[in-house]
Amino acid sequence: MEKSNMSEQFIEKGLLITAMFSIFIILIILGFIIIEGLPAFQDYGFIQFLFGQTWSPNEGQYGLFSMIIGSICVTIFALIIAVPLSILCSIFMAEVANENIKNFLKPVIQTLSGIPSVVYGFFGLIVLVPIVRFYFGGTGFSIFTAGIILSVMILPTIISVSFDSLCAVPNEYKEASLGLGATNWQTINKVIFPASLPGIVTAIILGMGRAIGETLAVIMVAGNVPGIPNSIFSPVRTLTSNIALEMSYATGLHHNALFATATILFVIILLLLVIANYIQRKYKMDVGGGTL
Amino acid sequence: MKNTKKIVIVAIIIVIVAGIALLSGVGSSENIDIVGSTSVQPVAEKLVETYKQTHPDANINVQGGGSSVGIKSAQDGSADIGTSSKELKEDEKQGLTEYNIGQDGIVIAVNNENTVNDLSKDQLKDIFSGKITNWNQVGGQDGEINIITREEGSGTLDAFENIVMGKDTKIRSDAVVQSSTEAVKQSVKQDSNAIGFVSFAHMSNDVKALSIGGVSPSTDTIADGSYELQRPFLFLVKGTPSGDLKEFIDWVNSSEGQKVLNEEKIIKSTN
Repeated sequence: MEKSNMSEQFIEKGLLITAMFSIFIILIILGFIIIEGLPAFQDYGFIQFLFGQTWSPNEGQYGLFSMIIGSICVTIFALIIAVPLSILCSIFMAEVANENIKNFLKPVIQTLSGIPSVVYGFFGLIVLVPIVRFYFGGTGFSIFTAGIILSVMILPTIISVSFDSLCAVPNEYKEASLGLGATNWQTINKVIFPASLPGIVTAIILGMGRAIGETLAVIMVAGNVPGIPNSIFSPVRTLTSNIALEMSYATGLHHNALFATATILFVIILLLLVIANYIQRKYKMDVGGGTL
Repeated sequence: MKNTKKIVIVAIIIVIVAGIALLSGVGSSENIDIVGSTSVQPVAEKLVETYKQTHPDANINVQGGGSSVGIKSAQDGSADIGTSSKELKEDEKQGLTEYNIGQDGIVIAVNNENTVNDLSKDQLKDIFSGKITNWNQVGGQDGEINIITREEGSGTLDAFENIVMGKDTKIRSDAVVQSSTEAVKQSVKQDSNAIGFVSFAHMSNDVKALSIGGVSPSTDTIADGSYELQRPFLFLVKGTPSGDLKEFIDWVNSSEGQKVLNEEKIIKSTN
């Protein structure tokens, strides 16, 4: 008895320490990014940094606005493609497909998330960019191309998280609905889908986070022009590509400006997480003994 | 059962700790840091790799950062060798010993289907600055010119701007930026209207090299200086090198080092 108590405590402390350690690491990274980025905000001016439209480090111009727009455009476009696809796919997998199809689909989608982003990027550069150029003109490097590549990359994230949340809807709901004479589709549409909505929103936000954070693939297909795009076929530079492209050369204020870019990116992702948490809490449902 | 698990865990920890200790602690006595131009970097890495085959004890690190970083760190002594892919200004030369390890050509690459074979340096400047926007203005087929450039800070971009664009002209701001020579080549390979620039060392048949003012880029034309778009690869050392550093630089200048440089298509100037 005494001994099992000891090991119990030991495990508890161990878990606590590892949890604290990961929080500690995140705080160190955050602190470092902010400290390194701060001079850029101070020397260049926060407003000018955020809303300036020229990015030209050689001339001391560090306006980030076009890249914030670029990141947002690419992410939104990716979501427009990926969200309907992945929600329908996860509903199909969770409610419609039989065991065999489910057992086939799940590993396939997991494989999709295992493909390294450089492979997606290279595929985009070799296959997609020429196709877009041929059908829509321009150079082919565009929001459109980057959005398509990104949508494929975030599909597995959204699908698997919403699949789990659909599966977590208690069977009683479904049985009650079917028992009242609702059809299969009515049950999915009016009961299961609303009940799993918080989970699905989380899935979308996780996908969005991945889309904003993706770098390598976007660098290869987005054209990286630091300017405000005027159509969906304009090239853009995203916040992440900006850091990755110039990191290896940057010194002095330029170096600080890149860290400041990272701070902005961090704030954006933090906001997304806050929204996700809020939605989850607001739409949380109490069911019998537990919550969904 | 429980015991074996513990032993495995302890063993793993020991291996990790020992690994870290081995990697970080030992052998920090005589090392050489090479810092600077990102264009020189792969060549320097190749040199070091080959050098280590005959000098297994040598501890040489190669880092990028750009030519200006190379010059600065050679001057303030933070690196043993600073590398530069552009000529030094007079005031930058103070106290530095220069070793020219060879010339690298900058090739203007267009799609293989492009009918244009030759451009003058001024035409090139007008194309990249946006004054000329259609291939038919320089004797090609009708088609809007798509410019592919490199990211700010790249050694190749830096050299191209110095040689072709001059001080006052800028590359048009809506030019597509690619992050590596290979990506530039891929972009040009697929787009019949594209134009980009790559280092001669990384040239291949995927794209067509334009001749500039009638001179096509080749080992001979770069060596005798008749092909204009070229830049030196420099090793910079503060003062005069001694000891291990001298040994390495002597080796680079020896026939063995030259062999590596030739393989990397870095061309020794003949005049």
